[in-house]
Amino acid sequence: MVVGDMEMHTDLLVIGGGPGGYGAAFRAADLGLDVILVDSQWGLGGFCLHAGCIPAKALLHAAELIHDAERAKIMGIGFGPPRIDLAALRAWQQQRIDTMAEALMTLGQKRGILVLRSKARFTGSSAVRLTGAEISAVRFKHAVIATGSRARGLPGVDFTSGGRIMDAGAALALTDIPQTILVANTGYIGLELASIYAALGSEVTLLEQADRLLPTVDADLVVPLQESLTARFAEIVLGAKIEEVVEDAGGVDVRFTRSGTTEQRRADRVLLANGRIANSDDLGLDHTGVNLNSRGFIETDETRRTRDPKIFAVGDVAGGPLLAHKAIREGRIAAETIAGKISSFDVRALPVVVYTNPQLAWCGLTEREARQANIPHAVKKFPWQLSDRAQTLDETGGLTKLVIDPDSGRILGAGIVGRHAEGLIAETALAIEMGALAEDLALTLHPYPTLSETESEAAEIFLGNPMHALPESQ
Amino acid sequence: MTTSFRLPDLGEGVHEAEILAIPATPGQEVKEGDIILEIETDKAAVEIPSPVTGKVTEILVKVGERVIVGSVLMTFRTEKDETPAERPGPPPAPQPQPPPAAGKQQGPVPASPSTRRLARELGIDLHKVTPSGSGGVVTKDDVLAHARAKEQPAAKPAAPEPEAAQPAEPSPMPAPLPAPAVPPGQLPDFARWGPIERLPFRSIRRATATQMATSWSQIPHVYCQDDVDITRLEAFRQRHKAELAAAGGRLTMTVFAMKAVATALKLYPNFNASLDLSAQEIIIKRYFHMGIAVDSDHGLTVPVIRDVDRKSIKELAIEVESTVGKVREGKLSREEMQGGTFTITNAGALGGHHFSAIINYPEVAILGLGQGRMQPAVVTDERGRHEIVPRLIMPIVLCFDHRVVDGADAVRFLKVVIKALEDPDELLITMI
Repeated sequence: MVVGDMEMHTDLLVIGGGPGGYGAAFRAADLGLDVILVDSQWGLGGFCLHAGCIPAKALLHAAELIHDAERAKIMGIGFGPPRIDLAALRAWQQQRIDTMAEALMTLGQKRGILVLRSKARFTGSSAVRLTGAEISAVRFKHAVIATGSRARGLPGVDFTSGGRIMDAGAALALTDIPQTILVANTGYIGLELASIYAALGSEVTLLEQADRLLPTVDADLVVPLQESLTARFAEIVLGAKIEEVVEDAGGVDVRFTRSGTTEQRRADRVLLANGRIANSDDLGLDHTGVNLNSRGFIETDETRRTRDPKIFAVGDVAGGPLLAHKAIREGRIAAETIAGKISSFDVRALPVVVYTNPQLAWCGLTEREARQANIPHAVKKFPWQLSDRAQTLDETGGLTKLVIDPDSGRILGAGIVGRHAEGLIAETALAIEMGALAEDLALTLHPYPTLSETESEAAEIFLGNPMHALPESQ
Repeated sequence: MTTSFRLPDLGEGVHEAEILAIPATPGQEVKEGDIILEIETDKAAVEIPSPVTGKVTEILVKVGERVIVGSVLMTFRTEKDETPAERPGPPPAPQPQPPPAAGKQQGPVPASPSTRRLARELGIDLHKVTPSGSGGVVTKDDVLAHARAKEQPAAKPAAPEPEAAQPAEPSPMPAPLPAPAVPPGQLPDFARWGPIERLPFRSIRRATATQMATSWSQIPHVYCQDDVDITRLEAFRQRHKAELAAAGGRLTMTVFAMKAVATALKLYPNFNASLDLSAQEIIIKRYFHMGIAVDSDHGLTVPVIRDVDRKSIKELAIEVESTVGKVREGKLSREEMQGGTFTITNAGALGGHHFSAIINYPEVAILGLGQGRMQPAVVTDERGRHEIVPRLIMPIVLCFDHRVVDGADAVRFLKVVIKALEDPDELLITMI
């Protein structure tokens, strides 16, 4: 057999090994399909595990420890300034990643999935050509595209030459701890990264184009976060429109306009982002019936089938919120559909978590969406200064809010800002998915004293009989 | 845009079907209403028209495959593009409904994810399910109850009549068993003793099994057998066969038997009846719709010929012939199999002689015809002299429900039929 001419046949070809890709591959294999997964960069895990969520969360945990150690001062406990061994921190971070990547590869292997490190391009609706692998082509009955997304560059900005202008992936590599760093246009990922650098000791300047941070998130949830970040960052500039970013040997100059006047800041490093774009452009999709929307994301139906009936698309490349858990679910749905099961993306409470300090999380209907769509709703908030547990943690800046259907009392959405919001949000997600009423949440006995009570207390406020707050006057 | 075509809810509790034929081919341009699939449910073949005008992009089923309601059968690409030029990918899940003009719109039905999945798999619209949970939550049990309610008609025997409903409550009579499907039993592992093959038990085969098990378990069957000398009738048949064939009909013993039975049914109406145990009544039908058992590639089918008493032998010969043709082509509709009051089964054409028949529940009797064979028969002339002569003798069997009629009536009934079949003149004179 001539190497380079080998063609393989498979039931399912998955392109991309991130959460969407391995979600699809694992489920399909478990349903009895032959699966080949092709990933040009990492095998399994994708950007999320190797250069995105996971490295970020590891560093954010480190940042939280630094923050907590410092805060211990108010309890009369002093540790002194942290001594940071950057190489050891990076090695620890990498070790976490490697352990998880290895576990994923084992899970894939045990399922009989063939993982090829290669780049795939469609040559038609049932075949791809591979480059960089000993297999030159794969013919498939179905394919799942899970190639994800990548940072969109900024016109006129060179990310490559000097290395001082970074995207999120480069920032997570943690080359050094710059004296000063400027973070611009980055949404919640930027806030997370800026928090890491601030904890490690960098002076952070944050530029935000909108008039507040996270403009698409309910404003009351962002207020405690903005207060916290204001205290820890050197400067937060709102309404800043970037005009020019120039790198020289010693640093980066960023010129921007704010309410009509031009200003300039200089920093050792700059983290820039301009949203993310779909990795849909280098797949040879013109040889298939797959259709892209105007922003380059692949159009799919509720089973994640594209316009080409043999080809599915899941995760970031299929648009929607760019979240790993959404991608995994979509991958599973595509696999189930391909295996002949009836499946559909039927999620009512897609949870989103921002791992800043304090954390921010929400799911289901937001107050903002309810107002925009003119959906009848009541909003009930339980501020954490009323929570006994928050008092013992000295985390009283938090807030728990519920969006409730005023007629039926059904919980439609929830938003939480504060420590451990990541775990707290799951209870409301379950409540929304189950069609629970505020009464159900209130009558579920929550342990005292915990932060989870803030959810039942918010429900009790709706019912008119809260414990640690006074009933609202009618 | 791409449209997925799913097996629609076929009503009457039908929730699965077998693909019989796929006239459409991938890449074909079809118009709305063009036949794209032929499927077979319980007992009827159904042609499925295309719901759209467009191009068939993929066919996801094969001939012979069994599909359930809601599964995707094929996909189309239609010209009609989504109106908003830039739909931002698939809608994110918790997306609220579009802003209502005023008032409250129909929102998502509160139900747990597992309940929603069950409904999706069963092809049930949650909006149509009666909720039992707090504040209108639909539970898994609600979905299952809804599915069962939809399925009820199918659980009844095929070709049911309106009055065929199972008794709703226990009656003074010993409570009849509910129509059993084939009872599940523990079977030995047959493969231990040699190679085996497992075939799906479905469609007509399963419907037949349900119907027969119902009949056998509900009806005390009694058989009344006799021989008919059809020598003269056969001569009559031979004389008129060609002229009827020219008119598109086929003159068979079944056609004669239908007329003979119609006459007997008018004289003995209890044979044209059904027993309503719940009402404790015998329902006499004042119409004479006769089922005829037809063997086909798809299995046993019993089309119903209506108002046999009001149709001539010629009309019946033509109608039966065209109906049998429909059965063989699988084109018979469900309606054409319903409403029978009595059934005739003729094993003669296949060479069958003596046999017993099973009553087509909820009818009360069935007539079976065997093959007419030349046999030595003793004939007696006017002067009382006996002679053995070759005659064409056809065995005949009347099976009846002894709850509704008695043996004496059955003999009388059968004599009427025999007399009409032995003597074409008698048939013509008594014919109604």
